[in-house]
Amino acid sequence: MMKKDWKRTDPEQLEERRRKKDAKKFWNEQAGETANTVRNREFAVVAYLFLAVFLGMIAYFTYFQVEKSEAFINSPYNARQDAFADRIRRGDIVTAQKEVIATTKTAKDGTESRSYPYGRLFAHAAGFSTNGKAGLESIGNFQLLRSHAFFLEKILNELKDQKNIGDTLVTTLDLRVQQAAYDALAGNQGAVIAMQPSTGKILAMVSKPDFDPNTIAADWESITAQSSSSVLVNRVTQGLYPPGSTFKIFTLLEYMKENRSYKQYGYQCSGSITKDGNAIRCFGNAVHGQEDLQSAFAHSCNASFSEIGLSLDLDRFAKTNEALLFNKKLPCEFPYKQSSFPLASGASSWEVMQTSIGQGKTLVTPYHLALVMCAIANDGILMKPYIVDRVENHDGVEVTVNEPETYKELLTPKKSKTLQQYLRAVVTEGTATALNVPGYTAAGKTGSAEFTSAKDSHAWFVGYASKEGVPDLAVSVIVEGAGTGGAYAVPAAKAVFDAYFGS
Amino acid sequence: MENLIVELSKYLMILLFACYTFMCFYALNGKKSDRRQKRILKKQTKLIFLIHLNAFAVMFAVKKTQDVLIAYVMQAALLCCILVIYKYIYKRASWLVVNNMCMLLAIGLMILFRLNQEKALRQYEIAVAAVVITLIVPFVIHKLHFLYRLAWLYAVAGIALLAAVAVLGSVSYGAKLSFRVAGIAIQPSEFVKILFVFFTASMLAKSTEFAQVAKATAVAALHVIILVVSKDLGAALIFFITYLVMLYVATRSPFYFVSGFLSGSVASVAAYKLFRHVRVRVSAWKDPLSVIDNEGYQVCQSLFAIGTGGWFGMGLYQGMPNKIPIVEEDFIFAAVSEELGGIFAVCLIMVCASCYLMFLNIAMQIQDVFYKLIALGLGTVYGFQVVLTVGGVTKFIPSTGVTLPLVSYGGSSLLSTFILFAVIQGLYILREEES
Repeated sequence: MMKKDWKRTDPEQLEERRRKKDAKKFWNEQAGETANTVRNREFAVVAYLFLAVFLGMIAYFTYFQVEKSEAFINSPYNARQDAFADRIRRGDIVTAQKEVIATTKTAKDGTESRSYPYGRLFAHAAGFSTNGKAGLESIGNFQLLRSHAFFLEKILNELKDQKNIGDTLVTTLDLRVQQAAYDALAGNQGAVIAMQPSTGKILAMVSKPDFDPNTIAADWESITAQSSSSVLVNRVTQGLYPPGSTFKIFTLLEYMKENRSYKQYGYQCSGSITKDGNAIRCFGNAVHGQEDLQSAFAHSCNASFSEIGLSLDLDRFAKTNEALLFNKKLPCEFPYKQSSFPLASGASSWEVMQTSIGQGKTLVTPYHLALVMCAIANDGILMKPYIVDRVENHDGVEVTVNEPETYKELLTPKKSKTLQQYLRAVVTEGTATALNVPGYTAAGKTGSAEFTSAKDSHAWFVGYASKEGVPDLAVSVIVEGAGTGGAYAVPAAKAVFDAYFGS
Repeated sequence: MENLIVELSKYLMILLFACYTFMCFYALNGKKSDRRQKRILKKQTKLIFLIHLNAFAVMFAVKKTQDVLIAYVMQAALLCCILVIYKYIYKRASWLVVNNMCMLLAIGLMILFRLNQEKALRQYEIAVAAVVITLIVPFVIHKLHFLYRLAWLYAVAGIALLAAVAVLGSVSYGAKLSFRVAGIAIQPSEFVKILFVFFTASMLAKSTEFAQVAKATAVAALHVIILVVSKDLGAALIFFITYLVMLYVATRSPFYFVSGFLSGSVASVAAYKLFRHVRVRVSAWKDPLSVIDNEGYQVCQSLFAIGTGGWFGMGLYQGMPNKIPIVEEDFIFAAVSEELGGIFAVCLIMVCASCYLMFLNIAMQIQDVFYKLIALGLGTVYGFQVVLTVGGVTKFIPSTGVTLPLVSYGGSSLLSTFILFAVIQGLYILREEES
């Protein structure tokens, strides 16, 4: 392209140009292109580049408003939410069957207070909203302080200078199941969570020791003063425990992955196994005799699983566990702790044996194991757990609905079905036969996790149950320091299943 | 009751401003009759006053104090004056540019009044002074033809001012941006922007031979380096990009643009590795919630505000924009979005974009190279600054500490933007005469 050498315009040239104005105009219209427009290509490039940036910015702004703003709006650091409370009466939190578990009561003088009709029963699930926010009061804070009441009603309230009523959180919690879980834990410390594998709904969440949310403000000083008090901790999501024999599920899965001939596994159990001078004994000094893989799992044979552990490729084992969400973020709306599996290649045989049977340095939360159970029951696919089913305005008109969402495939359908078979064996012939009842088909794994050298143990049971025509239910139970899983955790799980399946 | 007024006026204001924005783009399309164009621009002017009135009506309904009324009258009077000046003294000025200037100024004054009445008053005073001072600028541009010869004057003045800041300046928020003269804080980089554009335009209008380009680039690089040393990274970026764009259009050689851009990218990466405060900004951009206690605090507060405001806003006086640090200056866009709404904010971006397009349009149509390049350069300075400030506030890019022209609080920024717009008006008048 010819580069024109543009001279500076001085007044004389300006005059000349004015004289040629008409001619030029004519030329413009005819030819459509003047010497001036030759440079316009660069202008066009620059203009388009800038416009692209502007549009990109607007697009990002839109993306933020639509997708990401929720996380920022709900952030506990966002002070604006409390300002809503000046104009909106905080809404109710209800169970799936519309029983009210949290509501706002207005006294005669106009002061409002938060009331929890079921008291301690939903302590950790519903949470509290004074002294900071926890539980559902925190998760649904934004929705509870918004009102989607019918607009005429809102206008009337505005004119009368009255507060609008906030929306209602309809949760996935089930009162009967929650009650059964609560009663089953009785005076013990521990946690119970019940979920539906096919949808991800959380039907029950109990953690003890607990608090009375109705008097939380008054009790706050004493609760937080005691350094040993942990009533505010939600043990379901934040309690880290050694998994005990429930971990054999992971050891089993890895063994099956590394050995195609796992069905040919055979072991003669003499009650203990010794390696490098360290011995592992089966629980209660039991001697299991000749067993295959299924019976070793069903009877929770420590000796056999220690041997299995020693044969595993530790790096691949770590990878498998990470695929099952160890050392990883969990999909969880509550504050939670990640489970940790620190074993790596190079570990001593003692550590390997310990870890394979669920002792050692491994730590899990009841929530994590519930997710794994959900995945296994759902043929490998973990649905995203959620506790808020939908939001309705205070008259019951739907505002938003949360649909079940797939989170991730944790294991293949084939492996899931195999594990389902083994977990069933635990109930039919193994350590959880109390669950072998006609009303529903249960499967799972017990655990007795030792946590001091004095051999106290946490009682674990993780599993699920199904019945024709009803969605499955998965549970994760831990009873702290109680004893064996079979004796203490299984009855709790049974109570939960009984309540759910209505037998 | 007052909530009802606030709520209804929210929607009304968004509607009015959306109409205004649409008209901006409609008026850019020059293929209609002059009378039609005049009618659209007249409607636009009415819209400016309606929006301004709406905002103050709401603020009066909420605050119920006298100073709301006084401020309204003062501000409306100023807007009137500006329009009258350009209508009767500079008859051939671009009405569209005047409208946009008044609209942005009105938004700035109204939101500043809501945020901080004292600052709003100071901004108002500076605006009055700026209008008086810049009265002469279009005339200067139009009539004084020797301006293109002063290349080295611009360069020397620019560098001297920037060096003064680097040496004498007071540090604010980790960067040396301003110094005090007789008790007034001046931010010279705002004015040097304009001097720099004049310098580059006069150098490149004279010739685009390699020797000339090399000289111009060296001086430009010196400007940028001094700014980087002062840690005024936003201004450094603006200078750099403006120079590249002007160079590209003047020489018509994509080679300069591409190589400039590449070396700029290399320099940015080097800056990231070398300077802690660059790393701080980038980490705040990537995941502000995780660093909310330190470097992410400002961006987080900004996003809380924008997010909670949603598309329709909280309404004036209903949000908490004052929780955002430096909200009256760099982060004013967040306050606008929080209280006036996301739709309003997007329209604001689009109005700024239409200003930029208008400047580019003027540049395209001017025959004379020197003036052409000035229009282009000033347009780029303006447009890129809007991108930097809005991008930083919305976390589109890391924040760089620049203000939103005409809207943000800041005397130097306001005055220099008035000068910029006045220069553009001068060029527009020139163009009108040319054809």
